[in-house]
Amino acid sequence: MTVASDPPLRTAKRPSRLFKNLMAKIASIPMILTALVVFVGGTTWTVVYSFTGSRMLPKTNWVGLDQYERLWNSDRWIISIKNLGIYGGCSMILTLVLGFCLAACLDRKIRFESAFRTIFLYPFALSFVVTGLAWQWILNPEFGLQSVVRGWGWETFTFNPINDPDTVIFGLLIAGLWQGTGLIMCIMLAGLRGIDDDIWNAAKVDGIGTVKTYVVVIIPMMRPVFITALVLIASGIIKLYDLVVAQTGGGPGLASEVPAKYVIEFMFRAQNLGQGFAASTMMLLSVVIILIPWAYLEFGGRKNG
Amino acid sequence: MKLSTKLLAATAMISASAASAVELEVTHWWTSGGEAAAVSKFADAWNATGNTWLDGAIAGSGGTARPIIISRIIGGDPMGATQMNHGRQAEELIEAGMMLDLSDVAEAGGWKDIVNPSALLDSCTLDGKIFCVPVNIHSGQWIWLSHAAYETAGVPVPTDWNEFVASAPKLQAAGILPLAMGQQGWQQNLAFGAITIAVAGTEAWREVTVNKNADVARGPEYTAVFEAVANARELARGSNVQDWNQATNMVITGTAGAQLMGDWAQGEFAVAEQVEGVDYSCLPGLGLNEVLDTGGDAFYFPLNDDPEITAAQKELAALLISPEVQVSFNLAKGSLPVRGDIDMSSANGCMQKGLGILADGGILPSGDQALSADTQTQIEDLMAQFWSGDMAAADAQESYAELIANAD
Amino acid sequence: MADITMTGPRGPKPKKVFSRANIFLYGTLIMVSMYYLLPLYVMVVTSLKGMPEIRMGNVFGPPMEITFEPWVKAWSQACTGINCDGLSRGFGNSVRILIPSLLLSVTIASINGYALSNWKFKGSEVFFTILIIGAFIPYQTMLYPIVILLREIGLMGSIGGLVLVHTIFGMPILTLLFRNYFASIPEELFKAARVDGAGFWQIYFQIMLPMALPIFVVAIILQVTGIWNDFLFGVIYTKPSTYPMTVQLNNIVNSVQGIKEYNVNMAATLLTGLVPLIIYFASGKLFVRGIAAGAVKG
Repeated sequence: MTVASDPPLRTAKRPSRLFKNLMAKIASIPMILTALVVFVGGTTWTVVYSFTGSRMLPKTNWVGLDQYERLWNSDRWIISIKNLGIYGGCSMILTLVLGFCLAACLDRKIRFESAFRTIFLYPFALSFVVTGLAWQWILNPEFGLQSVVRGWGWETFTFNPINDPDTVIFGLLIAGLWQGTGLIMCIMLAGLRGIDDDIWNAAKVDGIGTVKTYVVVIIPMMRPVFITALVLIASGIIKLYDLVVAQTGGGPGLASEVPAKYVIEFMFRAQNLGQGFAASTMMLLSVVIILIPWAYLEFGGRKNG
Repeated sequence: MKLSTKLLAATAMISASAASAVELEVTHWWTSGGEAAAVSKFADAWNATGNTWLDGAIAGSGGTARPIIISRIIGGDPMGATQMNHGRQAEELIEAGMMLDLSDVAEAGGWKDIVNPSALLDSCTLDGKIFCVPVNIHSGQWIWLSHAAYETAGVPVPTDWNEFVASAPKLQAAGILPLAMGQQGWQQNLAFGAITIAVAGTEAWREVTVNKNADVARGPEYTAVFEAVANARELARGSNVQDWNQATNMVITGTAGAQLMGDWAQGEFAVAEQVEGVDYSCLPGLGLNEVLDTGGDAFYFPLNDDPEITAAQKELAALLISPEVQVSFNLAKGSLPVRGDIDMSSANGCMQKGLGILADGGILPSGDQALSADTQTQIEDLMAQFWSGDMAAADAQESYAELIANAD
Repeated sequence: MADITMTGPRGPKPKKVFSRANIFLYGTLIMVSMYYLLPLYVMVVTSLKGMPEIRMGNVFGPPMEITFEPWVKAWSQACTGINCDGLSRGFGNSVRILIPSLLLSVTIASINGYALSNWKFKGSEVFFTILIIGAFIPYQTMLYPIVILLREIGLMGSIGGLVLVHTIFGMPILTLLFRNYFASIPEELFKAARVDGAGFWQIYFQIMLPMALPIFVVAIILQVTGIWNDFLFGVIYTKPSTYPMTVQLNNIVNSVQGIKEYNVNMAATLLTGLVPLIIYFASGKLFVRGIAAGAVKG
């Protein structure tokens, strides 16, 4: 579907073409195996077995759509989806806005730029387990932020997103943003650096203000950067698991459950593989719906480079 | 006495056949202070035979550990032995022929005669073959009361659940949380089970949990149960700890009045050097209905190609149920032994109460024995939701009845 | 890859240091920096306090009496079950997992990327598209099939199995990085080498590899942090004797014996985060540049 649109210069009719292609093919065997056996094979297997009543071990006792029916009747799944929606929406918007604003600030020819950049990016080097534990400690109501602010004299200050079902998802969000915004900021910064000075000069000549220039001129020019950032954020959101396990364990109650955790728990803890597979198939479906059009545009239909 | 000599002989026989020292990896989820002390009794006994106990502790309760254990067995990299709870957790692995048949060890040790209650051995049995060795009995129907908390509040220590509920406002007035509750579904489900047996009685409980009768679950007995649980939920409001032993610690330090927890909690009291009747009290069946379930732990031995390991596995199986090991392990763990023919006189008051109930036959099967892991998980999820939020008792009852109707 | 110090002014260069805009700008940056630095600070001070001091409150207060005991305990004494050897075992395992995974995944991905950008063959883009979509598939979908795969090749529970898993799941994003990088190298170089009669491997080793040093550094940094920080695969595909450090960390933190020792937990958390942090601080600029080079063009 893609070869035709690529300029055939590099592989154009040369006498030794077969051999060269052969080497490239041999070199690509690990990639082909991974793509076909693990990604295509593995997901197909999971999808197929989601139509079975497999319990602890995979069995081919077909039950049709029963697993899906049960899935969508399950409170826990609905809560998980809602949580992911809230977390995902907030995380997507805030990461983009915060990432872009920080990048724009750093791009204002400021002093200590590299120090600030280092500070914003270092959490990205830490794992979600580490992130979750650190924030769990800071948000601990007895010792953490809440008790400290109360100690300052604000006795009624209440900020307990680890133990309050209504706000727990924002506790996760604070930690998730802390870990992930630095990367997006770096990508945005690189995008800003890639914009020609002439654009800025032209805007200045036209008398357009700085903020307006960003909104009207720069952001539209950075469309590909935003798309990359969006895809990176989105793929991270769907995989959200370690952070929840480390920071809240899905609690209090079911208040911070997420789909990825549902899948693991049903596959292994509840020993109901079919149910876990059905849930992971739903996750897969949502990824496909979001990503296929994008992947096609980015890698399929267009010339690269 | 006669039986134990017979068993010793069997152990010796099997030991002799295992020529060389073998390293066996044993996975379990006993990681709290009291539990770790107990598991080291097993390890010491095993190491004393010249073999090596390779400890594979997995933290974070059975819910975290079982997936890892199961995926390793399925993935063809089995451990030497593994803990599971009594019941159906390993059912399919046995059916798939992945577990070692221990029938000959059981035969030699006369397990049929010594294991009490015999239902424990039944959960290990499939098609007449025995696949696991029960090591202890744990029951979940206990309430643990802090004497220090009641002293602070100036009320006498309650002697049953109703008195506890009545005393709660006094505790609250003294700034003490009446009920400590770890915020994990299994703990909340355990508390639900304990309250059910105390409030609705064993007949209704058996009808619902064992016979899966959804009509009874919708009926008035269970309405009373859910109202009592909703009330308990209010008494536990503000209990933010996660792990069960952190909740126990609140009772130990007197920051909470009581905790609904299984008898393994006394391991924590023992580690904290507290004395039953002086520092804390325990009431089996919440003081209302003195029956206990017979949950607990059993060890399974995944099938292995290596005959040397197989021999060692059988040796370990015999060792775990041998009288000396049973005594030392269960004293440390705070659980009841699986055999009635050993001397437990050094056990403390709580365990004596448990032993007494066991001897009187006031026993029930455990939830793990009656319900599949799938149903258990769904009920735990419901309980997690119910305890942590504002779900109405009637709604929770209806959802619960629905789960029971579809249970297997 | 814009060189960061060489870019021109984005606005008029501020004349007054204390202009309103400047105060606002630096004020914002400093406020945001506090949000980013706070957790690290809290972890460090907590890990240096004794338990009595922690129970007194204030997580933000500096330790009144500095103790390194929590660090010693986290490293070599913290217990899970009856194993009381702290994180040290997990550290060794993580190293033994990291090095082969790193070599294998970077090598394979660089060759993939090279083949995909310079030696396209029929279907290569299809495989690549599948691979990229694979990067976004929730891992949960493939967990179980991989258990079966590892069982079939006999690697379940071993370090080799985990290395394979890391190689597989690192492949999409690394291949993308290398493909984009090689595609940005002027085509003339490649053509000239072809005219000279150089083949697939010759061009790779003699032309592409020497030029690709920066992207190799990026790939290595990404993989080191990614593999070191992995929890999900570590917990499912290994066993206690081969647990990586993150899994051990989670075990130690969740094995509460008596009261929760927050200072030991924080010391353990910091120890686990130390390796990627050091890599990151040591390679700061390259890390940033590399991410930029790889991601912006993607």
